[in-house]
Amino acid sequence: MRISVEEVYETVRMTLDHHFDIRTVTLGINLKDCMDRDIAPLTQRVRERIVEKGRLLNRCADLIVQKYGIPITNRRIAVTPASLLLEPLPKTKATVVRFAKALDAAARKADIDFVGGFGAMVQKGTTAAEENLIDAIPDTLSKTQRVCGFLNLASTHAGINMNAVAKMGHVLKDLAGRSADGIGCAKIAVFANVPEDNPFMAGAHHGVGEPDYSLNIGISGPGVVRSVVARNPDCDLTQLSEVIKRTVFKITRAGELIGREMAGLMGVPFGIVDISLAPTTSTGDSVAEIIEAMGVGQIGSPGSTAALALLIDAVKKGGAMASGNVGGLSGTFIPVSEDEGMIRAVRDGTLSLEKLEALTSVCSVGLDMFAVPGDTAPEVISAIIADELSIGVANHKTTSVRIIPAPGRKAGEILHFGGLLGSAPVMKVPGAPSCRFVQRQGRVPSPISSLRN
Amino acid sequence: MTQDRASQICIVTVTGVDKVGIVARLANVMARANINIIDINQKILEDTFVMTMAVDVAEAMIGMDKIKTHLDRVGREMALKITIQDENIFKAMHRV
Repeated sequence: MRISVEEVYETVRMTLDHHFDIRTVTLGINLKDCMDRDIAPLTQRVRERIVEKGRLLNRCADLIVQKYGIPITNRRIAVTPASLLLEPLPKTKATVVRFAKALDAAARKADIDFVGGFGAMVQKGTTAAEENLIDAIPDTLSKTQRVCGFLNLASTHAGINMNAVAKMGHVLKDLAGRSADGIGCAKIAVFANVPEDNPFMAGAHHGVGEPDYSLNIGISGPGVVRSVVARNPDCDLTQLSEVIKRTVFKITRAGELIGREMAGLMGVPFGIVDISLAPTTSTGDSVAEIIEAMGVGQIGSPGSTAALALLIDAVKKGGAMASGNVGGLSGTFIPVSEDEGMIRAVRDGTLSLEKLEALTSVCSVGLDMFAVPGDTAPEVISAIIADELSIGVANHKTTSVRIIPAPGRKAGEILHFGGLLGSAPVMKVPGAPSCRFVQRQGRVPSPISSLRN
Repeated sequence: MTQDRASQICIVTVTGVDKVGIVARLANVMARANINIIDINQKILEDTFVMTMAVDVAEAMIGMDKIKTHLDRVGREMALKITIQDENIFKAMHRV
């Protein structure tokens, strides 16, 4: 049966009017076979591979955009966690920086805006190479433009590596001090239960369980979902869940088709479709505005957590029906600085750090792109991280933190990062510092998985 | 029935305000590029004129980028939004 005018128009409107796009095609690349006892051959092999595959990625993405008329906003590369590749090399900051600069140069040459994977899996403990990499984060991320970092600091099986969490408070403060308003910290996320196939930056990496190559797709349609919610103002919540499911089904199918065809063109295995709702600063492309279209006064008000839980559940059900390859993060992103509705709610005082944390307990992605005052103590940053990762560990889910301690700024001031990164009102951090708790260090044991109340 | 050659169906979508000559202009672009028009439909949806044209680009003498450029020019001159997309995207999204 030929496609009807109505069906065509629905699809065309999604892209023309409601910002539906393939947010990212991310090529995962295994670099383990590039390892060497000497840094020069390692960087040369890594550079060659990234440039070759990066250019191929861009070429194929352009062809697919022409064919299907759905924009592919970002083309990115995720590599094997850098700490593994650095294991055989001298444990010096210079080595780490040199390696990252090679990633940076290769990305620039291939016209890839971000390359992810500068990071380590340290949920239970850290090796000497991983320790060295963490120490070198401020140097590395301030001396490169396109390299993104991640650290997995906790998992449900291992618990929380509090030694690393405690260290990260200092590392992030140091990194923040090296860029205007601390924006350098936008390039690193710390995780609990990090997925190995997440296509979204800053946390993307090509995990050790992955094949040589893997093409992963991140779709995005907050604008599409918001519009369908707004067009159904009177239906009950069961019906609302149904209309969201149907819409997400459609956009996931588009993602699956484009991912498969891209992978075929490139001659690499297709990985996953990440069905996360990822907002942008464009008007109407906001997750907060979906929650508000559902009837919540403003995001952060009572009702927000329930509405977000309903939303993400419907997104997952629609997505899972559409594709057998749903993976990655597949939650709802609620980055403060990148979502107009979130920015508004923080500025109006409706959304506090405490409520933001509560919201992340029902959607996967954690505390993202939020600013705190520059005088926030490193131990307090670590405590915020520990809180957020605990939610992930206890609930068998991914959570992450991307925090921006803005040097010299006070709560209530607004930071303008520009472009995709948007602007962030500096959030108040309540209460008295928990320095002693963080300084105890050690490991928070993995949680019991029976007696679940 | 066996098909002699593979077809590649694309859907041209026109939205905006109905006026004289839309089909003529599009048919002209298609004929020059050796693109066969298979089906045309139109409707008023939410107060907008929407026309879809199914075309077979398998024997086209120019690439998708050039076809798009021609359609963009027609769109600009007639104040319409015109897109062209492979039919499979609609099948993926609207058929289970």
